[in-house]
Amino acid sequence: MSGHSVDTAGLEQAVASALECARRFGASQAEADASLAQGLDLSVRKDEIEKLEHHRKKRLSVTVYFDQRKGAASTADLSAQGVHTTVEQACTLARFTAEDSYAGLVEAEALARDIPDLDLDYPWTLEARDAVDLARRIERAGFAMDARIRNSEGASVSSFRQSVVLGNSHGFLAGYSETSHSLGCALIAEQGGQMHRGQWFTVARDAADLEAPESVGATAARRAAAHLGARKLSTRRAAVLFCPQSAQGLFGHFIQAIQGGSQYRKASFLLQAAGEQVFPAFVRMSERPHLKKGIASAPFDAEGAATFDRELVDHGVLGGYVLGSYSARRLGLPTTANAGGLHNLLVTSTGAEPLHTQEALLRRMGSGLWVTDLMGQGVNGVTGDYSRGARGFWVEGGAIAYPVHEITIAGNLRHMYREIAALGEDVDARGSIQCGSVLVGEMTLAGQ
Amino acid sequence: MLSVSTSRADPLAIAQELILRPSGLDGRLEGIFGEVLTHSVDFADLYFQLSRRESWSLEDGIVKDAGASIEQGVGVRALAGEKTGFAYSDEIILPALTEASRAARAIAVQGSERGVSAWRTRTGHQLYLPADPLTTLSAQDKVAWLERVDREARKIDPRIVHVSASLMAVHEVVLIANSEGDLGADVRPLVRMNVSVLVEQNGRREQGSCGAGGRYSLAELVSGEKPLELAREAVRQALINLEAVPAPAGSMTVVVGPGWPGVLLHEAIGHGLEGDFNRKGTSAFANRIGERVAAPGCTVVDDGTLARRRGSLNIDDEGTPTECTMLIEDGILRGYMQDRLNARLMGQRPTGNGRRESFAHVTMPRMTNTYMRPGPYDPEEIIRSVKRGIYAVNFDGGEVDITSGKFVFSASEAYLIENGKLGAPLKGATLIGNGPDVLTRVTLVGNDLKFDEGIATCGKEGQSVPVGVGQPTLKIEGLTVGGTAESGAGA
Repeated sequence: MSGHSVDTAGLEQAVASALECARRFGASQAEADASLAQGLDLSVRKDEIEKLEHHRKKRLSVTVYFDQRKGAASTADLSAQGVHTTVEQACTLARFTAEDSYAGLVEAEALARDIPDLDLDYPWTLEARDAVDLARRIERAGFAMDARIRNSEGASVSSFRQSVVLGNSHGFLAGYSETSHSLGCALIAEQGGQMHRGQWFTVARDAADLEAPESVGATAARRAAAHLGARKLSTRRAAVLFCPQSAQGLFGHFIQAIQGGSQYRKASFLLQAAGEQVFPAFVRMSERPHLKKGIASAPFDAEGAATFDRELVDHGVLGGYVLGSYSARRLGLPTTANAGGLHNLLVTSTGAEPLHTQEALLRRMGSGLWVTDLMGQGVNGVTGDYSRGARGFWVEGGAIAYPVHEITIAGNLRHMYREIAALGEDVDARGSIQCGSVLVGEMTLAGQ
Repeated sequence: MLSVSTSRADPLAIAQELILRPSGLDGRLEGIFGEVLTHSVDFADLYFQLSRRESWSLEDGIVKDAGASIEQGVGVRALAGEKTGFAYSDEIILPALTEASRAARAIAVQGSERGVSAWRTRTGHQLYLPADPLTTLSAQDKVAWLERVDREARKIDPRIVHVSASLMAVHEVVLIANSEGDLGADVRPLVRMNVSVLVEQNGRREQGSCGAGGRYSLAELVSGEKPLELAREAVRQALINLEAVPAPAGSMTVVVGPGWPGVLLHEAIGHGLEGDFNRKGTSAFANRIGERVAAPGCTVVDDGTLARRRGSLNIDDEGTPTECTMLIEDGILRGYMQDRLNARLMGQRPTGNGRRESFAHVTMPRMTNTYMRPGPYDPEEIIRSVKRGIYAVNFDGGEVDITSGKFVFSASEAYLIENGKLGAPLKGATLIGNGPDVLTRVTLVGNDLKFDEGIATCGKEGQSVPVGVGQPTLKIEGLTVGGTAESGAGA
């Protein structure tokens, strides 16, 4: 299904005609992007097909500038008439917005010139019945893993291919196609009147790089069953070990705080913190946008700026911010080609402190809370105050004592970042932030 | 006031004129169903949607962003047993619709030919006017109102360092046809304004935000100078946060204020009572109809029929008129929220809770406006009854694990209660509890039912839909408060 050819020529045509149309309407600058996404999403529950969804969606977005007044519009109608109407609408809106001296396209010199092939496009000719077989294998392996797995929210297989084309009035016009395939599963373990959910997924550009379906099901089953018998904890102070998935969230708050928008709006607990020791000296964070087959790899950002390798944190010191051209101009800095987000942030360790195995981290913690799941908002991006719901395991003597739930962990992110004691080698590479487990110092745990 | 000419006031007439006529599909829907029904499906439906959205935003005292978008398309769904086949097209034309229909029917085997011969028009409620809210205010006025909000906020206090405000309006027209011959339509206006301010004092920065909206026009949203009220409220919250001290940690008595704190019900109770989770037995509330899940005096309903509210719908996204569905009656679990698929599989009746984010998403049972009915107690009396605890009046939102029943929600405005009196404002008060037992710990229900201001969005399986919540002041014993202050535990 996802093997259908994607019509990039049609997208280029729509972008080029939108830019031409904007010029004729008198816009001083314009940017347009068009995308076409198509794919298949299948879920099987208790061995039967639950849902089979076919997706095919296109979009054209146009931004126009009349000197420094901006207007934007978007549509799914890529016909000549649709393009014309959309551009006209953006131009109409731009008559009413105010002059903003920072508004405008990304600087021409920042634009990508050569578009590297990052090996992102691996169409998967997956027929629905093959997808059903895969999903059944996932779920059956989960049920077989542990007799206490009594219910299922289903196993899923999805395969998507997207083509994007971006152009602007500096003369930039480029595009690429990328694929994303995934297998997932959510199972429910039951015992002694308790029900716990466990889930797992694997995602890759190339279906050949996916985890085996049996392994996805078995991991989901283990993660559900491990929480059976969960208790509450009494309120206390304790060290906390974040599993890689929870740690991704922890670093996600960091990225949010150093984003240009949070900086120029002063809505950050890391305001103007570039050059400061935010993390311990062994922490390094590197952005690597050109990783072959990388889940968050991209040759250029959402404005067409060439992406590039950089060290965002070196020896624990914040090296810079996460900027698109607008926030960059607000801060008097060059863009970091992060319009639309980060491209593979790798959290690693340097110097004296190596990456540890999960067992070593548990031993090092001695006693404390191993967090496997976090819930709720509870993060104040302006102050760094942090208080979230959690479940996981109470650890004593470096080993799991029992599962725990219905507790909260609280602290302040600035303090938590400084108190990172060690990083794990169990890196989760499924997202734009790739990191392993993170051991932090004491936090407040609230329970019964 | 708005004027709506009578010929345009019927949602079905509007939908046919805006969606079917331009695409040449008028009178051809029967043929589409003929395509789907060549396979042995139990039920099929078509969901046509045309949405126009406009948004304006201000910061640094100027309106710098304005955007418009048009979304249109048609979703085709086929149901066979527990199976759902789904496809859609963002082009409302016959060939695309035929292709989508063939893709959707593929979950079922080929069967006998059937068709739809005659249409029954299903009329819904008239909870809001079938009007376009975008055009009720000129572009100049939209800009001017945002600028007034900015000036109003800034003049209150010199500690304000940043103000942002946004205005959003959607005009959505949907037409729903199904294989049983039902034809329904709805025209759904939706507007919203949000204000956010940042204050700074001695190096400490804090935020406050506020918003309002519903299913009415932009002209009504700005009537009575409501936007200025929002500006003042955002500033008030930010200034309170400047004085906030760390919340205590541990299990304690919590008084939850009226209105928006009803997010407690949405998370702790609401999601767990959606039909799909109960049919599959994955909810902590599964198979508990008739059991006590709340203290006597607690009655919770999901009501999609409240006039002009954000969570309300004349008909749901399957064409079923919305209802006031009894979920918990005087503490006893009475019912679930259902869409057609789950209702049929559970031998129940659809309750008008079948919703979807757009034509490109499948329908699920979702909440509309979920609230608790008022009780007898004066809210001040409730606060006076607490020796030591917290009073939480504003929230950032929450999350629930419907299987374990654990829910969490974070207070953005809360106060310590000591000896029946409100004390210092608190920061970082996240509350965590267990859905099936939290309402059994309710000891006092206030007489002050209020609804939220109309800005809530609920997410489920990647789909967002507008919802509402409400409740009177509630006193809950033994809720875990996740602060950082040492003193709170066990006090």
